[in-house]
Amino acid sequence: MGNHRRPAPESLPTLDAHWLRGLMVSKQSTHMRHVISLLIENESGALSRVSGLFSARGYNIESLTVAPTEDASLSRMTIVTSGSDDIVEQITKQLNKLVEVVKVVDLSESAHIERELMLVKVRATGKDREEMKRMAEIFRGRIIDVTDTSYVIELTGTQAKLDSFVGAIDAGLILETVRSGICGVGRGDRVLKV
Amino acid sequence: MVITGAEIVIRSLQEEKVDYLFGYPGGAVLYIYDELFKQDKVRHVLVRHEQAAIHAADGYARSTEKVGVALVTSGPGATNAVTGIATAYCDSIPMVIISGQVPSSAIGQDAFQEVDTVGITRPCVKHNFLVRDVRDIAPTIKKAFYLAKSGRPGPVLVDIPKDITAQKCEFEYPQAVAMRSYSPVVKGHHGQIKKALQLLLEAKRPMVYAGGGVVLGDAADKLTALVRKLGFPCTNTLMGLGGYPASDRQFVGMLGMHGNYEANMGMHYCDVLLAVGARFDDRVIGSPAHFASEPRKIIHIDIDPSSISKRVKVDVPIVGDVAEVLGELLALLDGTTERSDQGALGDWWKQIEEWRRRDCLKFNQGVDVIKPQYVVQKLWEVTGGDAFVTSDVGQHQMWAAQYYKFDKPRRWVNSGGLGTMGFGLPAAMGVQLAHPGSPVACITGEGSVQMNIQELSTCKQFRLPIKVILLNNGYLGMVRQWQELFHGNRYSESYMDALPDFTKLAEAYGHVALRVQKPGDVEDALREAFKRKNDLVFLDFQVDPTENVYPMVQGGKGLTDMILSAEDL
Repeated sequence: MGNHRRPAPESLPTLDAHWLRGLMVSKQSTHMRHVISLLIENESGALSRVSGLFSARGYNIESLTVAPTEDASLSRMTIVTSGSDDIVEQITKQLNKLVEVVKVVDLSESAHIERELMLVKVRATGKDREEMKRMAEIFRGRIIDVTDTSYVIELTGTQAKLDSFVGAIDAGLILETVRSGICGVGRGDRVLKV
Repeated sequence: MVITGAEIVIRSLQEEKVDYLFGYPGGAVLYIYDELFKQDKVRHVLVRHEQAAIHAADGYARSTEKVGVALVTSGPGATNAVTGIATAYCDSIPMVIISGQVPSSAIGQDAFQEVDTVGITRPCVKHNFLVRDVRDIAPTIKKAFYLAKSGRPGPVLVDIPKDITAQKCEFEYPQAVAMRSYSPVVKGHHGQIKKALQLLLEAKRPMVYAGGGVVLGDAADKLTALVRKLGFPCTNTLMGLGGYPASDRQFVGMLGMHGNYEANMGMHYCDVLLAVGARFDDRVIGSPAHFASEPRKIIHIDIDPSSISKRVKVDVPIVGDVAEVLGELLALLDGTTERSDQGALGDWWKQIEEWRRRDCLKFNQGVDVIKPQYVVQKLWEVTGGDAFVTSDVGQHQMWAAQYYKFDKPRRWVNSGGLGTMGFGLPAAMGVQLAHPGSPVACITGEGSVQMNIQELSTCKQFRLPIKVILLNNGYLGMVRQWQELFHGNRYSESYMDALPDFTKLAEAYGHVALRVQKPGDVEDALREAFKRKNDLVFLDFQVDPTENVYPMVQGGKGLTDMILSAEDL
């Protein structure tokens, strides 16, 4: 791949999760955030069937993560979306209708756990170097790359925790951030399995 | 013994008892065509444009209980097929489309005649496959047929790279399909069905609203039996026509944008609505908010859970095969002595009859100009109501739906969901091949018919004695009607200038043709046409260019907000 120069982050439209959430809340106050988990046959094109469904029917995707499960023939997706109850009902029905989708659950219907991974590259020079280390410790992050001028901090947690970390450090020191989108799992006996 | 992928394709189609394959050859499917040549069980119908291949397979499927099958080449073959595939998808028609693809090694190289067929068709198929291994051809075709006809039917596309059709392996056609991700519900929930019957028996102003699901689910007999036993009024959607006999007294006509007054009023003011294989779409109920403004309980039977509570909130959802569920409802009704409140039902019928007396489909046929409605009415009389009728899209389609009274399912073949002009003639080819001895009429307009007029050539080659009923008003009539009503009579690009002489055109293709200009000649022309059992007869009816389709509910308005005639404007 290689040498393509990316435009500086500042010049990109900020289509981040905060912005999307803000937009959706303002559009319709009944829109609730939902975390949908599904198992799908691990076939080529499976992801585009799901993402195509969302774009074709005008549903929101706040984040989508996908990877194979312990059974390599199945992939598991976690989709964060939002909408009124009617819309979310349609979303789960339409997902179930996809021929390759094996199971769909709305995790947010009951107790569940969400985790997201974030890597933040920050400027770490002078007095900021110690401050960054301290903040990473407070948020139970780990510094996984160190240069004379920068750290890469790895942080996992809920979206809210990651948001607060980004909010807590000096915005001017953030060189880049990358977030995985959330993974979710039901608590206790709730199991999504074939 | 090992055989080539191409032979496996053909052998698989034979296993599926495919008698007609509609298609058009090209580079990527040459091996398949070579195998086709070596056998005579699967008969190939060579169309003149791939869109027509899909529509013909579609017409074949709609008029039978079988899966329609088409074969196209890669690139433009596949893209030409897309309109046809989307047409079938919107109306849930079971079809299998096999498309050639460039050789595996060339995929992604922008090769000659390469497109991402699976990607392009993904939003308009029930499912699609790209076959990557010759050993997968047979199981994939088996799955494709199973998916196409089970559950809510739909088109399934199988894309096969050319090299795969040349490779060899053992052939064994699978006996069964097992897919852990796909198991459509057949039987409805018993408790829900009991609840539904209770509601129906308590209804004071009931209405039965049946759609294309009744036709596709072969449930017309059961629906008819249930409606008659209950004594309720019944309306059909455009797609559901023939699902309940139109000449029956309990039938209140088609509903929706161009539905009957009594059907729309009954739909709006009923207190219990039984929706069967229908989906409350925008052409049926208009504005969902207006529809919801009148309180009523809704029972909805559909095989597709996503059709339920999509546009209208439903009180008793029943997911299942409509024939199964109606059968269970009938059995429950037989087993109970409870009956509807006859007094209330009588009052409701009195109200419906009063609406019916508005006679919303009346028209005046004078002596000078042919009214398009008159042609359809005469067609119905001349064919004894027993023809297969295909149509294109526009005013003529609505007149066909309003004035040809379909008493049997699978006789009315039209593009309801997508509204595809150019559908009628190729669809009629598929219908005629499926029903060789039966009268097949294609009601069309001078705009629509020109979108696939080249198929007159296919009709000649395969000796298809279709009767083309052209309602020629020189306008894109439905566009003109909307422009007249909602755009201040500004007929922007809806006038068809420089029309061909259709009779000469049809004759040039080798067919019999006749222009009809006087009302007095309509019936004779139709009788003469249907007497010619072996000829395609092209009848160019010069009809009133100013005629509009009524009743009409303006897009987005409520069902009770009907324009009944020009005087209402």
